[in-house]
This record gives sequence, C-alpha cells and structure tokens, in this order.
Amino acid sequence: MVSLIGSKLERKEDKRFLTGKGNYTADINLVNQTYASFVRSPHARAKINKIDISKAEKSPGVVKILTGEDLAKDKIGGLIAGWKIVSQDGKDMKVPPHPPLANDTVNYVGDHVAIVIAETLEQAKNAADLVNVSYKIKKAVVNTKEAMNSEAIYEGIEKNLCFDFLLGDKGKTDEGLSKSDKIIKLDLINNRLIPNAMEPRASIGDYNPSSEQLTLYTTNQNPHLTRLVLSAFSAIAPEHKFRVVAPDVGGGFGSKIYPYAEDAVVAWASKKIERPVKWVAERSESFLSDCHGRDHVTHVELGVKNDGKITALKVETIANIGAYASLFATVTPTYLYAPLILGLYDISAASCNVKAVFTNTAPVDAYRGAGRPEATFLIERIVTEAAKEIGMDQAEFRKKNFIKKFPHQQCLVHNIDSGDYSAHLEKALEISDYKNFENRRSQSSKKGKLRGIGFSTYIEACGIAPSAVVMSIGAGVGLWESAEIRFNATGNVSVFTGSHSHGQGHETTFAQIVGDKLGVPIENIDVVHGDTDKGPFGMGTYGSRSLAVGGTAIAKACDKIVEKGKKVAAHMLEGKPEDIEFKAGEFVLKNSNKKKTIGEIAFACYLPGQFGEVKSPLPAGVEPGLKETAFYDPINFSFPAGTHICEVEVDEDTGETKVEKYTAVDDFGTIINPMIVEGQVYGGIAQGVGQALYENGHYDESGQLTTASYMDYTMPRADNFPQIKLGFTSTPATSNPLGAKGCGEAGAIAAPPAVMNAVIDAVGTDVSMPATAEKVWKALKKNPSKKAAA
Amino acid sequence: MKNFNFKSAASTKEASKLASGRATFLAGGMSLIPALKLRLAAYSDLINIKNIKGLSGIKVSSKSIKIGATTTHAEVASSKEVGKSIPSLSILADGIGDPQVRNRGTIGGSIANNDPAADYPSACLALNATIHTAKRKIPADKFFKGMFETELKKGELIEAIEFEVPEKSSYVKYPNPASRYAVVGVYVAKFNKEVRVSVTGAGNSVFRSKELETVLSSNFSAVAIDNVNISSKGLNSDIHASAEYRAHLIKVMTRKAVSSC
Amino acid sequence: MTVINLKVNGKKISKEISDSILLSDFLREKLSLTGTHVGCDTSQCGACVVHLNGNSVKSCTTLAADCDNSEITTIEGLSNNGKMHPMQEAFKKNHGLQCGFCTPGMVMSAVDLLKKNKNPNEKEIRDWLEGNICRCTGYQGIVEAVKDAASKV
Repeated sequence: MVSLIGSKLERKEDKRFLTGKGNYTADINLVNQTYASFVRSPHARAKINKIDISKAEKSPGVVKILTGEDLAKDKIGGLIAGWKIVSQDGKDMKVPPHPPLANDTVNYVGDHVAIVIAETLEQAKNAADLVNVSYKIKKAVVNTKEAMNSEAIYEGIEKNLCFDFLLGDKGKTDEGLSKSDKIIKLDLINNRLIPNAMEPRASIGDYNPSSEQLTLYTTNQNPHLTRLVLSAFSAIAPEHKFRVVAPDVGGGFGSKIYPYAEDAVVAWASKKIERPVKWVAERSESFLSDCHGRDHVTHVELGVKNDGKITALKVETIANIGAYASLFATVTPTYLYAPLILGLYDISAASCNVKAVFTNTAPVDAYRGAGRPEATFLIERIVTEAAKEIGMDQAEFRKKNFIKKFPHQQCLVHNIDSGDYSAHLEKALEISDYKNFENRRSQSSKKGKLRGIGFSTYIEACGIAPSAVVMSIGAGVGLWESAEIRFNATGNVSVFTGSHSHGQGHETTFAQIVGDKLGVPIENIDVVHGDTDKGPFGMGTYGSRSLAVGGTAIAKACDKIVEKGKKVAAHMLEGKPEDIEFKAGEFVLKNSNKKKTIGEIAFACYLPGQFGEVKSPLPAGVEPGLKETAFYDPINFSFPAGTHICEVEVDEDTGETKVEKYTAVDDFGTIINPMIVEGQVYGGIAQGVGQALYENGHYDESGQLTTASYMDYTMPRADNFPQIKLGFTSTPATSNPLGAKGCGEAGAIAAPPAVMNAVIDAVGTDVSMPATAEKVWKALKKNPSKKAAA
Repeated sequence: MKNFNFKSAASTKEASKLASGRATFLAGGMSLIPALKLRLAAYSDLINIKNIKGLSGIKVSSKSIKIGATTTHAEVASSKEVGKSIPSLSILADGIGDPQVRNRGTIGGSIANNDPAADYPSACLALNATIHTAKRKIPADKFFKGMFETELKKGELIEAIEFEVPEKSSYVKYPNPASRYAVVGVYVAKFNKEVRVSVTGAGNSVFRSKELETVLSSNFSAVAIDNVNISSKGLNSDIHASAEYRAHLIKVMTRKAVSSC
Repeated sequence: MTVINLKVNGKKISKEISDSILLSDFLREKLSLTGTHVGCDTSQCGACVVHLNGNSVKSCTTLAADCDNSEITTIEGLSNNGKMHPMQEAFKKNHGLQCGFCTPGMVMSAVDLLKKNKNPNEKEIRDWLEGNICRCTGYQGIVEAVKDAASKV
C-alpha cells in the first residue's frame, strides 16, 4: 500500500464547497427564528447617560430590546482575558471589566450597547435606528505611543498600562551591547491589521425550553473553549446544557478563536425570549468589532562585532491591546512574541520589555502568527541593517549567526529541538537565482524601476501546547488536544478531533493519518469536528497546532485501536498479542499465513458472539466495541523555520511597489499533504505581503476607524502577486511522534520583513509598513541618490 | 435597505413622470444600491430605466461617438467601433471597477452620479462631450457642478453622451489600491484646434487643467510637462493620498498619458 | 410587493417579492440557494457573484425585482447531473480553495472569464479576478485552476 502520508491528495471537503453545499452559520435558518441587530457606539469613548428604547420598542416587528442593564440583572458575566501576565515589578496585569453589552461606558467605536430583536432583519435594523442613546463624549485615547501619557480610560488602571513585562536579563544585554563593535538601532511600527476572514462573523442562539438545552451556532475556531468560557465566566448556561456548534467556518486567522460579545448576547437573549436569535455581521460591523491584530511600536538595538557576530539584542515595545483585554490579547505580545525576538540566531544575551496599553480602539488579539510576525519583523529588519552596516552579504551574515547545533537552549525561553538553517537558506538562494540578482536589478533600472531584494530567515514556535509550560507562564487552560476514533461495525471510521478546520483541510489531512495508521481506505474515513456534542473536549485550531498536537492525538488514538485489535486478533488467530503484527490494515500472526483485516476485527468487536456462520469471539476481559480516545500533550513546542527571499520593483514616479519574485523554502518537518501545506504557505505569504504593502487599520484622532470597508482597507487581490516559488527542506520535530512542525502561520511570519527589506533595499532608506506608494514616493524624494538608470 | 417601490419605465417620458417626490432613477445601480444598503441614501421609488428602448447602444460617426445612457461599461469596452475610433475610451471603460461592475454599470449612471473619483466624467470633459437629455443638450464643461452634483434637474434623464473624436487621446489612472477608484486619473485629448486635459480623483469633482492644456497645446510632448507647476491647493487629501502627492500624480499620469497617445 | 418570473438554474420560478430585496437575499432566503455568499456590504468582495443572462454580476448589488424575465445561474446550477463543471474540477485539483467562502463567487467569475476569453494569460486572469477577494489562498491555486480549466474547456 502506498503511504498516504506525503501524498498530494485532493481534498475531501472540496466538493461541497465547490457546489455551493457548504454549511456556514449564516446559511442556517431555524423554525420560529428572530433576527438581531446590535446598537453600537458611534463614539470611541463616552459615558452613557441614558438609553431610551421607548420609540424603538413600538417599531413594527420588534420582539425584544435588551441592554447592559438587563444583562447585569441576569448576572451575566463579562468576557475574559485568558492569560495572566505578571509585570516586572511582580504585580499582576490590570484588566477592565468587559461586559458583552455596555454598562455605563463605551470604549471604542463599535462597542456593544443594545441588542434589538425583531421578526425580520429589516425590522430589527429599523428599530435599532430608533434606540436613542444619550452619550457624554470623552476624549479618546487612540495613539499607541501616546497612550501611557494620556488620561486613564479606566479607573485604577494608571497610565492605561495593562502590564509592564520583561523577559531576559537586561544587565547581561547591556553588557553584550557594550562589548560590540557596532550598535544598530531601529524604530519600528508593526501596523494594525484587520483579519478579514471572508466569512463575516455570525451567531445563532437556540434555546430549547423543554430540554433546557442551549445551542449556539457560531463562526468559531474553538467551540469547546467558547462553551467553557461562556459557561464558566459569563454564566450563559452550564456546560452540560450548552452545545456550541461551529459548522463550516469561512476562515479565521485568529479572529475567530475567542467568544465574542455577540455570541454571549444572542445565546442569552434566545434563552430569554425562548426563540432562536440570529445575528450575521455586515462587513462594516466586522471591521469595527472583530479583534484586530499587531499594532506595536518598537525600539530595537543589536550589538555586532566587526566580524559579523551578534553580541546582544535589546527590544522595547509598546503593544496596543485596544479597549479591552481579549482572550489571547495578553499572551500574544508577551510569550508568543518576546522569546521569538532571537530568531534562529545564536545570541547569548537579550532582553525584551513589553508595555501593553489600553486605547479606545477595537480589541487587539491573535492574528495569523500572533506575536511571532512582530518578533520576526524586528529581528529580520535589524539583522539586515547590521549586515549592511558592516558590509557583509545578507546570506553570509545570517549563516554566521545561525544556530548550528541541536538541541539548542536559547538565552530567553525556547529549547529548539531540530533544524538545519543553512539548508533552507542555500536552497532558497538557488531557487531564487540569487547570484543573478544584480542582472535583474539593472534590467529593472532600464525600465525606470528600482529593484530591491529582501531576506527573511525566520523561526517560529508552533504546536502551541505543552500545558505544563504554558500554565506555568499564566495560561488559564492547558493546551493539549483530543481525538477519538470510532470504528463502526461495518469497518468504516469516524474520527473526532478537538481541532477545528476553517480552511486548513483537516478532513483530508487527518484522514490521511488515520488511513495510513489503520490501513482503512480514505473514503471510509470521516473526520468530524466543530460540535461540542459530538467529540471529546478539544482546544481548537490556532498557533499552527492542529497537526503537531491534534494530529498526534489522532495518531495516538489509532495506536490504541491497533493495541486492542492485536488482543482481539490474537484470540481469533489463536496466538499471543505480542506475536501479532499490524501492517496495512491487517493483523498477521507471526510465522504463519493467518491474518484478520481491521474490518473483521471491528466487526468482531461489535458482535462478540456467534450468529449463524459468523463467529466473532472477544477474548475474556476485553470490552466490546472499537472506539478509542486519546489526549495528547506534547513535551515542547515545535520550531518550523525557513528562508523567504523577495524581490520588488518600485516605480520611481509613483512610488508604487510590486512584488516581482518571491521564493519561500520552509522546513515544516514531516509533511502529510504537500498540496495543502503549499496552500497554507501561499495564503500566509499573501497576508504577509498585505501587511507589508497594503493593509492598515487606521483610527483618526477621535477614534473613528477610517479604514472600515474594502473601499479604504486594502485587501490584497489577485493582481497584486506574481507566481510564488516554493521549496521544502525537512528536519522532523522531535517533540511529537509525527515529526510535524506546523505550517499555517509561516508565510504571514516570514513575508513582512522579506518584502520590507526588499523595499528598503530598492529605496535606500527606511519606510514603515505598509509601504504605500505615497510613503515610498516621499522616501525617494528624501533620498534622490536612488534613481533608476532610464 | 429601507423599503422602496420598484417601478419600470417604458419610455423616457414615463420615467420623468414617475420621478416625482423622493424617487430616483435606477440604471446599473452600482453606486446607488451600495448607498441604499449602507443606509446612506433612501428613496420612496426606484425608477428602472433599463427597459426603455433606445437608451442603450453605440452610434459612431466620423466626428463623434454617441453612447446611450444605459449602455454598460462592458459594452463600451468590447465595442470594436469605439476601440477603432477612440481607443482610450475603450481602455477607460475596461478599467472601471471590476468585470461584474462593468457588466452592470452604465455610462449614464456614472455621469449622473458624478463621483469625484469616477472615470467617465474625465472622458466627458476631455472629449468635449455633449450630454443629451430629453429636454436639452448640455456641454460637459457645464455639466459637472461639484461633488456628486450635476446640471441635471429633478426628473431629467440622460439619454445619451456624445463624445467628439480627437486626433489622439489617452487615459491613465493611478487607482486606489483598496477601492480601485482613481486616486488620480488624467485624460488627455488632442484635437485639431486644442488640447483638453481633464483630471478625476484629485479634486472634489472632475476638472480641466488649464496649465497642462496650455503647455500641451504649444508642445504636445511628455517632456513639456516637466516644467509645469501643479498646485496642490484645493486638491483632495485623505488617508490614501495627500494633496501634494495627488498634485505630483497629476503630472506623472499626464506624462504617461501623453507618452501613450 | 411585486411578482417576478425568472429562470434560476434552468428552473422556471414565479415569486412574490418585496421590491427592495436584493438578488443575493432572494436566492439565499427565498430559494434556499445558500451557495451564494455575502462577504461585504460595499460590492467589493465578489462572494455573491452569479450569472445574470450569462454575464457575471454581483448579486448583492442587484435587485431581485430587476431580474424579472431573466435567467440566473448560481453555483448550485453549475454542475450538470451531479458532474462538476470543469472549472469546479480544476479548483479541486489545483487547491483553488481553502475555507470555501469566496469560492462560489470566484468560480462563477472565472467561468464568465472563459466565456469571454477562451485562452487568458496569467495577467488577464489576475486582472479579471479583481472583483473577487480571497483571504486564504494567496490566489495561487485559483490562478492555476483557471489556467487548467482554460486548457480543458
């Protein structure tokens, strides 16, 4: 049998999506359903004087209008920050309450004030227009850099400071810097991004008064955790009476990891009116109220010797986390960020100080890469400047500083198990035809274009898990993963996973693992996810963890199936379990031609007796049935790494930048389905290019989001890209038996510095992200020495 | 959207009659429907004019091209006659919005809406167009009054737009990377007696650049533009482009347009 | 209210509708054709693209009342007796989709391209897809799929 692992199989899920048969939350309609529209704050910061619903209530079709006051009466709790960060002075972080409907203040444009429920959506919207909210407007705090010097938004949170976090040894770092020959300094902005999964968020609350069961259909990457948070903290319903279903989900990129205010409110409202309540975000609502990503202001210093050896790295960051601390908002700019500033370099001294600030902007949380793109951007930008400063080739400078021996304990946190960084760098140089770059540069010059090249050699910590580690640094939950394999009597298999697929192709990749492990044809395997009533508790999909953690849990459950199968087979074949070998779906008794297929074993497990011709005995003490559950908690993160090389052309007249050539060589360890992995890399790169050249979540001084639609927020489109070239190297992870490292975020992590280093190479002076045409044009004006030959 | 009545007019007369009170005409709806959806506009009646016979189609003569108001951008873009007679107009139509907008959006709708960043108004000014309505013929120079404002009176329906055929012409735009509307679009047309240069996207409404016209009238070449000083005064400044950058782009786009004439 | 008569995916339909209902809502809510998606409110994303009398249009920016006596094809109507259209097959083969949300509009738009240009080059494909936003694929597999389909249609 040909191994399924490593095969470019077409995806099992594609047919339904391609024929319009996908089942997204907005596609679900329930009997007796009502429609909800949210009244949102038009102001960035205000006190609510009064909410007058008298007119709205009389509007045609209105079923119910609920406000924060009703929520408080019902003792519905707020949304939580799931990760406690301790400041360098030993004090816990400070977070304001986050009620799903505002109590007496609103803290960003789009903040939730009331829910209007009506018989039709138009009626709900018409009535929402009639809800009269009187506000006392206050001066908004918007700017990341200025937040600490602005008036405190919340009582008791001085300087708007959530925490002041320090990782690393400042003394040693200063010493390292002082021993260097040169100190390179950079001030960087990591721009605010709006995730923009193409499916807008949606939630339907459906309370059944007879069974007292509450069902929430929602666009979520993480249904079990959503249920847990909404049960344990918001007290919407007890877990055993609460089902969360995340059906087909149209992309997440982090923005759908967490429960949102709308989830809590429609679920609660449905219970109150005893009818289903459906809410579907309009894109403009998504812009305002989906969690945003990134938004850092950073100062970085790197010490280097004249021979190119890095001596120390010092980072100071202000991270904007928006108006409230969302679920992963506090871990993203700390433990997902600070340890990664070292990149894949052997640096013996480093420190990273992060001050997280509240502002009157949408909450900022994990977005594809979460912390690691910010870290990679700073290290890859400054390493590039350092190589230039001491006159070394970009590739050579990197090679000199690469970690070369594994395992490698970094000076901050991570112990990197495996890698071969020169391998992917060399391969990328070859694929990108680096040696002929200067020819291409002069070709571009003849067309009046400035060509630049940029490197990004990156590492990321993926497979977000080791519970022992994450809980010791503040996580409110362990980050293991679950799987259950259920054999049916007829030999086909249902696989339940706690991971959640919203584009990643788990229905195929996981089936490939099971098919390989158990020798079952892939068409007889069904991967089930996204419903808390079906599979065991799972931790969802984010942090490139699904394969390394969720996939391993599946593999472990398969092992348990085989173990039980061996016992049953031994009994049926009249041998000992230790003499049974399992291969390609067959249990074979050693030194004999006696064997049973796994289908026969499954049948035997479910029919342990004699029925006519069929005799399927089970050994004594073995339970009937063939179903195994595994929970997997890895011992370490996994560390994908790679080299991305970008070439851009800048139009010196307009400043417009185009990506002309992009090469990515990644080491993801074991790859199950190369087609799916390539797709993940392409998509990640597109988002990274988007961050570098196009996307910017921009608030004006009063806290209005000025990029609140596709008319103003630049989404990368098909004509923004060349064909991207990919390559792979492989050093399997040692932290999980599959050897998988994770691939979902790599592109978004690696691409921004690759693109920006190329832009800056072309322009000859620093440009901040996104490198819009006007910014580049202005940079060129300041640096007229850069001129194309034409 | 707030509810409205949808009415189809069979003739221009009926359309004008129906357009009383809080009613408006509906052609392709590519600007109107999004505005209704976002509740930026509300009307009691939408008068569909697409079924009116004679409002659609392209007539070409040696001196002019007359395009019916409900002719779609795709029809103009794919018209061989337009491509032969005024190629820049085909190029302009082929660059409006995206294929779906072009399949639906109409020239009359675009001009009546007069979005400050729309493409067609620049063609009207540069190609010395005449806007035909049921009652009168309006020269383009008098038609565009300001942001989303035109010379059209309430209930006055555009029937056709007639463009003069120039000796040579070109339209080049720098699109907003997000919306793909023009940040700056420049239409240059050289006629026997004059050169007309119109600019869209840069101001609160499309306008003609006298400085550029003067310079190009005496020397129709890209280098001639180098010494023109385009003032940024009065130009739009927003998150996408400052007035200064727009002024710069006017020169760059004009240079490109002249080079590609 | 207005009664409209139209053909949707080859089937004759007569329905009483509100004058102000959008074609996308009409398809999704009144005909349960939920393959047509709505991804934005500014007519930019293209998840809602269907064919109206053979041309691709954004159904979120078209009134159902305006489709009286028209023929509409949605993603559900593209396959023939359970056999996927070559464009659908090409998307599957070339990994032209991930989360699947933009896919129906993307496929409908791509099918229209090949009607108008049988053998588009890469630039023409990328330019044509300007009105369809995908957040997952980086458009790489999509462009490959369209090329592949063009070689087969």
